[in-house]
Amino acid sequence: MAPQIVVDGLTKSYRVAERDAGVAGAVRGLFRRRYRTVEALRSVSFTLEAGELLGFIGPNGAGKSTTIKILSGILRPTSGRVMIDGLVPYEDRIAHVGRIGVVFGQRTQLWWDLPVVEGFDLLRDIYRVDPARYRRTRDELVALLGLEKLLGQPVRQLSLGQRMRAEIAAALLHEPRLLFLDEPTIGLDAPAKLAVRQFVGRLNRERGVTVLLTTHDMHDIEALAQRVIVIGNGVVLADTPFERLRAEGLADLGPEVDPERETMAIEEVVARFYAHHGAAEI
Amino acid sequence: MDPFRPYLAAFAARFQLTLQYRTAAIAGFGTQCWWGVIKIMVLAAFFAGSPGRQPISLEHVVTYTWLGQAFLIFLPWNGDPDVAEMVRSGAVAYDRLRPIDTHGWWYARALAWTTARVAPRAALMFAFAALVLPLVGLGRWSLRPPADLPAAALFALSIAGVALLSASIVVLINVIIVATLDDRGANLLVAPFSNLLSGSIVPLALFPDWLRPALRLQPFAGLVDTPFRIYFGDMAGWQALGGIGLQLGWAVLLAGLGRWWVGRVMDRLQVQGG
Amino acid sequence: MDALRLYGRYTAASIRGQMRYPASFLMTSFGAFLATAADAVGLWVLFAHFHHIHGWGFGEIAVFYGTVGTAFALTDAATRGFDVFGDFFVRTGAFDRLLLRPRTTVLQLLGHELRLSRIGRLAQAVLMLLIGLSLVHLQWSPRAAILLLAAVAGGMALFAGLLILQATLAFWTVESLEIANILTYGGVQAAEYPLDVYAAWFRNFLIFVVPIGCIAYFPVVGALGRHDPLGAPDWVLFASPAAGFAFLGVALWVWGFGVRHYASTGS
Repeated sequence: MAPQIVVDGLTKSYRVAERDAGVAGAVRGLFRRRYRTVEALRSVSFTLEAGELLGFIGPNGAGKSTTIKILSGILRPTSGRVMIDGLVPYEDRIAHVGRIGVVFGQRTQLWWDLPVVEGFDLLRDIYRVDPARYRRTRDELVALLGLEKLLGQPVRQLSLGQRMRAEIAAALLHEPRLLFLDEPTIGLDAPAKLAVRQFVGRLNRERGVTVLLTTHDMHDIEALAQRVIVIGNGVVLADTPFERLRAEGLADLGPEVDPERETMAIEEVVARFYAHHGAAEI
Repeated sequence: MDPFRPYLAAFAARFQLTLQYRTAAIAGFGTQCWWGVIKIMVLAAFFAGSPGRQPISLEHVVTYTWLGQAFLIFLPWNGDPDVAEMVRSGAVAYDRLRPIDTHGWWYARALAWTTARVAPRAALMFAFAALVLPLVGLGRWSLRPPADLPAAALFALSIAGVALLSASIVVLINVIIVATLDDRGANLLVAPFSNLLSGSIVPLALFPDWLRPALRLQPFAGLVDTPFRIYFGDMAGWQALGGIGLQLGWAVLLAGLGRWWVGRVMDRLQVQGG
Repeated sequence: MDALRLYGRYTAASIRGQMRYPASFLMTSFGAFLATAADAVGLWVLFAHFHHIHGWGFGEIAVFYGTVGTAFALTDAATRGFDVFGDFFVRTGAFDRLLLRPRTTVLQLLGHELRLSRIGRLAQAVLMLLIGLSLVHLQWSPRAAILLLAAVAGGMALFAGLLILQATLAFWTVESLEIANILTYGGVQAAEYPLDVYAAWFRNFLIFVVPIGCIAYFPVVGALGRHDPLGAPDWVLFASPAAGFAFLGVALWVWGFGVRHYASTGS
């Protein structure tokens, strides 16, 4: 069967305006703008089969968000090819986004002043979900994510952990086969993180939902990801099962530092990996 | 200068940042030209239908209108958008973490916000209405030069007065926004008074005679009517200085009111947890 | 129509949300009423002084004013999404979320909020319209009613087009432009007066480029039963509101272009 996601030679460049400091610079900026070109992606390629759970990591500014945005269809690449379930995301936007769910850890898609359940109902109408089916899905998600007591509260009154659980439910109301999670556990306390990881893991194992997870929390990756792609400097630095990533990160240490290997924190392993590839945050 | 350092810095930073928005300045200039043209055509049509002396000549009305467009941004319509944003995001209390006087801080920033937007627009408007229009033979509809050198000097002073007065009112609007924790209501309440009472919609000279004395004394008159009358010599010498004095008087009074009110509002926020 | 139903749901949700803050709603409604009342007072002051303009009296001007004001108030109420587009959607990246939903961006932005507070402006415009109609002693007929309705409908389309165009600019410059407050409010102002008041070149601009004249002047002249001083034939008076819809069509096309640009440059 063809892979669900095919990414081939993706590149993306931006023009960013530059401005000199100081008053003189500000005035000059009125008359002439300087631009520099930022290459967010230099060539990214990978494929994903349906039902996989992929972890996407890399230093900030490496191109992770850019890749996710292109895959979700809201950004056009400068060149390269993307196919998801037979559609080109940014060409067939409405068809494509109707089939995916996206969770941004930093922003909520729910309406600030509306009670959670009213926001869900609105999403039902936006995604044109059959009402009976919607009720079943909603009730299931509410039960699984423990949202019963939150349904009547406006989103603005929820804590971060509660909001994230509601956010995940919101993204799944239309039963997408592909789920993008962008920093889903950021700012959450330990029990909340655990709840999110458990939920996502079950979603992937029991329902076969393909999950693409970007995160800085390596424990998310440890808990969930069968496979990890490391993006740095706009290219894929590694595309391996998670266990191998550890080995690669420690590969440069050499045999002398054997005792350290076992106890080194995963974050340090990954940081070393980044540094080794010259991919630290700009 | 040292006690003023944070406020001067705030002014400079906001001024520079605001100057960056050159597309906004050019777009604003363009539509203000259009607006000025509409007003002038309408007023000219009114004047044409009414022969005989008017309390303000058509020539002066034209200049008045162009000046109005040039300095339009000084008319306080909204509070500082940064303050509104702080209210929306709930970050108002954080401003108190800074070792500065809130009112002075807001004042410096409001002053920068308005002057940085006025400067390019005024320059463009003068270039267009005072230079370009006569060059293309539309001298009748152009912005005339000031009545004489003293008028020009007094006008410059008066414009400074406008800036200070405008900033005082903007800060007052900020206070209302913070006091009500709502960024929308306050914005709409001041604008109509600004527009009407300043003489921006219709020059105060055209208002009914019995209203005029009161109109000339209220604070908004100092935003439009006073400086422009000084410009074309309708107010000269001591009268002009009196007008400027009134502008500054109102600026100080409203700033004082703002200071007092800010203190009260912030104290309340400290108790409630903003 | 499915989109219409969704719009209804959006609107209901928006109204419920706003009614949770009744004080804010009342204050903004009153403020909107005051804001437009200031304009009307200015108008009255001018007529108190000059008595007429190009042969048109206060009553007739009030009809022009009220018609345009009603159209604008209704559109303004529905298009807050476009109004705050630069600040709320583009600058924060919230527009991404709209793109991630399987609906057109226009529908979602229309559904962003129905500004109940515009009732203040609407009330003032309708008031002026009624005052004007009574001052001119209008002979009511189906023709007059249709023309006034057509004027309001065409006006709504035109103003929607203007606001959408302004929002589109936010794709290129994230600073919210005053262009809207002045282009639309300026447009409303321009339409307050009959076209024969303006110089020929401006008149033509208001008919052929930004057809504000078409949605106010012609149909209202027809409704008032006056003979058009500009000498336009009768059918023009009836057909002209369509220009508003044509303008809206152009605006939507430009909007689509802007969305493509956004998708190319990211936020």
